Amino acid sequence: MISRSDVEHVARLARLGLTDDELDRMVGQLSRILEAVNVLQSVDTSAIDPTAQVIELENVMRDDVASDAQRLSREAALAGAPLREGPMLRVPVVLEEGR
Amino acid sequence: MPVAGVLPLADRTITEARELLERREVSSRELTEACLARIARDGGELNTFIAVGEERALAAADAADAATATGDARPLLGIPYALKDIFVTRALDDAGQPDGGLPTTAGSKILAGYRSPYASSAEERLGAAGAVLLGKTNCDEFAMGSSNENSAYGPVRNPWDRSTVPGGSSGGSSAAVAAGQAFFATGTDTGGSIRQPAALSGVVGMKPTYGRVSRYGMVAFASSLDQCGPFGRSVRDVATVLEALAGHDPRDSTSVNVPVPDYAAALTGEVRGLRLGVPREYFVAGMEPGVEASVRAAIGVLEGLGAEIVEVSLPSTDKGLATYYIITPAEASANLARYDGVRYGQSAGDDDLLTNYLATRGDGFGPEVKRRIILGTYALSAGYYDAYYVKAQQVRTLIKAEFDAVLADVDALLAPTSPSVAFKIGAKTDEPLLMYLNDACTLPVNIAGLPGISVPCGLADALPVGFQVIGRAFDEETVLRVADAYERAAGFSDLRPPTAHD
Repeated sequence: MISRSDVEHVARLARLGLTDDELDRMVGQLSRILEAVNVLQSVDTSAIDPTAQVIELENVMRDDVASDAQRLSREAALAGAPLREGPMLRVPVVLEEGR
Repeated sequence: MPVAGVLPLADRTITEARELLERREVSSRELTEACLARIARDGGELNTFIAVGEERALAAADAADAATATGDARPLLGIPYALKDIFVTRALDDAGQPDGGLPTTAGSKILAGYRSPYASSAEERLGAAGAVLLGKTNCDEFAMGSSNENSAYGPVRNPWDRSTVPGGSSGGSSAAVAAGQAFFATGTDTGGSIRQPAALSGVVGMKPTYGRVSRYGMVAFASSLDQCGPFGRSVRDVATVLEALAGHDPRDSTSVNVPVPDYAAALTGEVRGLRLGVPREYFVAGMEPGVEASVRAAIGVLEGLGAEIVEVSLPSTDKGLATYYIITPAEASANLARYDGVRYGQSAGDDDLLTNYLATRGDGFGPEVKRRIILGTYALSAGYYDAYYVKAQQVRTLIKAEFDAVLADVDALLAPTSPSVAFKIGAKTDEPLLMYLNDACTLPVNIAGLPGISVPCGLADALPVGFQVIGRAFDEETVLRVADAYERAAGFSDLRPPTAHD
C-alpha cells in the first residue's frame, strides 16, 4: 500500500530525518493505518460539502495598530533562538551566488 | 473507601477547601504545602510533573492568604493547581532573562529548556482568579497519545495501579488530580485527551465546546479540534474552573464571543424532564464487560432520577476513527512545521539548510509525532489530497450532521468514555492502531466540536470507569447538570486511589 520509497519521499517533504530502522518500522505501521482509514472510501460523499471547522467563523477585523497587551521586547522574542548574532537570528544560507 | 470528611486535606474538593479557607480553618499555604508534600512523596514515581515551581507557588499562596484576610472570597482564590505542560507559562523578563517562571516542553525533546516570553490565556486567567500554580504536568509529546507513554520525559504511572497507564494525552494532569498533588489541573482534548485520562484515573474531566475557551498559548496539535478544559475531583469543581477559563479572547480567532453562564447555578441536581439519548453504536464489540456494566448502571441511575432515556443512532460513528486519523495528522504536520531549529527549540546547528532541518526534526521528535507528521504530509500531498483529506472533511460533515439531528431531539447523550479500564504500561505501544482505538468513543465529539464530560461511575477490576455526557454546542450547562445529578446520586464521589493518605 505504501512503499519504503513513498515514506522516504514524504519524510523529505516534511523535512524529517529518519533512520533506516525508523523507515522500516514506519512502512508497516503506516500501511496498516492507511488500510484502516480506507473505510472512508465506502462512504458516498458525492453530495456532501467538506467541513474544515465546526463553528460559523467569519473573518475578524481590527485596526492595524500595535497592541501593548501582546508586545514582546526584542530580547524576550529572541531569547529562545538556538543561534544568534547580536540582535538577529542566525540562519543557514538559503541563497547562494550562482544558484 | 474513606468516608467523606475524613479524607486528607490534599484529597478534598475545591468546594471543601474553599469552605475551610473562608472559615479560616486552613490557609492557602497549608493547601499548597499539602500538594507539594504529595508531589515530593509520590511525584517521582508517578512521574506526574515535568516542572514544579515551589517557591513561586508558596509566594502566590501567601498573597492569596493576604487577600482572604481582606475579605476576598473568589471561588478559586488560594486553590493550588497544575497546568498541562502544553500551556506556555511566561518564563522570561523583558531583558530575555529567566524570571522565575516555569519552562514549557509540550512533552517533547525539541522544546527541552524552552522558556516562553509570554503567558497562555489559561495561566493568565487562572492567575487572575487567584489560583496557585504548582507546576507543569507530564503529557504525551505534543498531546499525541492515549497513554502518556509518548512523553520524552518518561511515562506517567496511574496512582490506582502503578503498573498501568493513567490514559493520555493529559495523563500527568489526571494522575496529579487523582493523587492529591493538585486540586485541579488543565488539559487539552483533541480526540479524548481530557476525558479518556479522566476515566482511567478516576477523576472528572471536561472538554468544552470548540471555541468556548481560548487556545492562546496552547501548543498546537490539530487546530480545528484542540480545546482546553479542566480536571477536578467533582463536577462542581470542574464547573467552577470552567467558568474561570471560558470566555472570548481576541488573541484566539476561533474563540467565540458568547456570554459565559453561571455554571454552578446550572447544578440543580434535577434531571426530571430531560431526554437523554444513548447512542447504540457506542457500545462496541471489544468493550470490556466491566466497563459496559458500570456505564449501563450509570444510565440506570439517571433514569431512576427521572430522566427519560431513549436509544438513538449515530450511524457514522465507526467512521470517526478514520476521519480523525486523517484530519489530525494533516493539521499536525502543518502546525509542527514551525519547529525548524531557527527561532526556538533545539537545533542541530548545521550550516546547510536542508541538513539542519532533517537533523533537528529527526532528532527532536519522538516516534509517534514522526508517524503523524508522515501520515499527515502523505494525506495532504499531491495526488492524495482529494482521496484522503477532502474525503475526511466530507465525512466530518456527516458525523456532525448526525449529532445535530439527534441533539435536536434529546437534551444530551450518554456513552462510555473509553472501551477499557487502565491498561498495563507497554501493552499497546507496538501497534499504533490498537492504541488509537482507545479514543473511539471520544473523538467523534471533537470532530463535531461538542462539549463532553467524563464522570467516574465505579470500579471494574479495581480500576476506575468513566462515562460520558455529551451536549449541544455551547450548552455546557446541561452537560454539567446531568453529570452533577448523577455524581450526587451515585455515591462514587469519594473514590480515591491508594495514594489518599498522609
